[in-house]
Amino acid sequence: MSGLAVLPMSVAVAAEPGVNALNYPGPAWSPYVVGAGIGVLSWLTFYFSEKSIGASSFYAHIAGFFGKLIAPRHTKSLAYFKAKPPRVSWGFAFVVATIVGGAIAALTGGEFANEWLPHMWEARFGESIVLRAAIGFGGGLLMAFGARLAGGCTSGHGISGTLQLNPGSWITVICLFIGGIAVAIPLFTL
Amino acid sequence: MTDAGKALPQSVRQPVSPVAEAPKLMTGVLFGLAFGFLLQKGGVGKFNVLIGQLLLQDFTVAKVMLTAIVVGMIGVFTLHHFGKVKLHLKPTRIGANIIGGLLFGAGFALLGYCPGTAAAALGQGSWDALFGMAGLVAGSWVFAELSASFKGTIEKWGDFGKVTLPDLLHVRRGVFVTIVAVLLTVGLFALERVFPR
Repeated sequence: MSGLAVLPMSVAVAAEPGVNALNYPGPAWSPYVVGAGIGVLSWLTFYFSEKSIGASSFYAHIAGFFGKLIAPRHTKSLAYFKAKPPRVSWGFAFVVATIVGGAIAALTGGEFANEWLPHMWEARFGESIVLRAAIGFGGGLLMAFGARLAGGCTSGHGISGTLQLNPGSWITVICLFIGGIAVAIPLFTL
Repeated sequence: MTDAGKALPQSVRQPVSPVAEAPKLMTGVLFGLAFGFLLQKGGVGKFNVLIGQLLLQDFTVAKVMLTAIVVGMIGVFTLHHFGKVKLHLKPTRIGANIIGGLLFGAGFALLGYCPGTAAAALGQGSWDALFGMAGLVAGSWVFAELSASFKGTIEKWGDFGKVTLPDLLHVRRGVFVTIVAVLLTVGLFALERVFPR
């Protein structure tokens, strides 16, 4: 499996410093089947749970729980947690289960990765897990800040908001891809 | 034409208990399992697929998202028209949407997973998602620390509240949904022709 991915990569690396994502494994299922499945899942969450799919608030709940543990009074005084007190909500359970759902899909499809570094990252930045941890942590930090400011993430705005024809969601998702492309291209191809 | 869904309030006040009721959590678990399963099968738990989209090399992410939007939109607006579901709109705040979206995108490129796909990636055994998840918790905290200062500033720039595009443009929702569905479907066929993956 990894031998298959490494062989064309070493050729590409020798020819140019940039990496090509298409040299690595793609999706197991058709993106149209998966996309339609997520669309139907949205009908179900709207109908049965009166909720739209979203992921980023899960991390804010966890931040709030840590805050309540370390500095309860200060945490309660913050405007964000006043408006949205941390709780094990429907959305919290949803994201925890998303982890398990990902595991079931990977294990049943023979795609369980069990790795600390994605192959494509390694081809570009080498074998340092510390570097990956630092950049990944920084990326996560920036992303959560942006998601809270915008009011949602790739799921909450990118799928749930856009499908409700929310203008703010369309603006957010377009800006998200502009920002992502502007950083990823120099990071991986120059 | 009557629109029964419009008569319903858009959101319900959350109870204050720190843990939601068990049946509610159970449906969250059930739908979350399906979501994680679909994300992983769709390849969007994979670092190279997600970064590949930002490099404009692999269009799997766009195909998944646009298909979900077309299918989800048709169903949700149909259910809403018959009064079966409420809409769950986030406020449109153009300044916060633009700045937040750009920052989010930059962070997404650095990590290679977004908040939902990081969860699926972790399940798939891509342990580096944990670094990003720790960062997501930290970033949520940083935002909460500063949240009071955004209320009167960035969050006020271009604040339209909870609206939909058809309402804003005074087009009937059914007509608008049909037009968007056709345009996105044509776009998906074109995308598939130019980018087979």
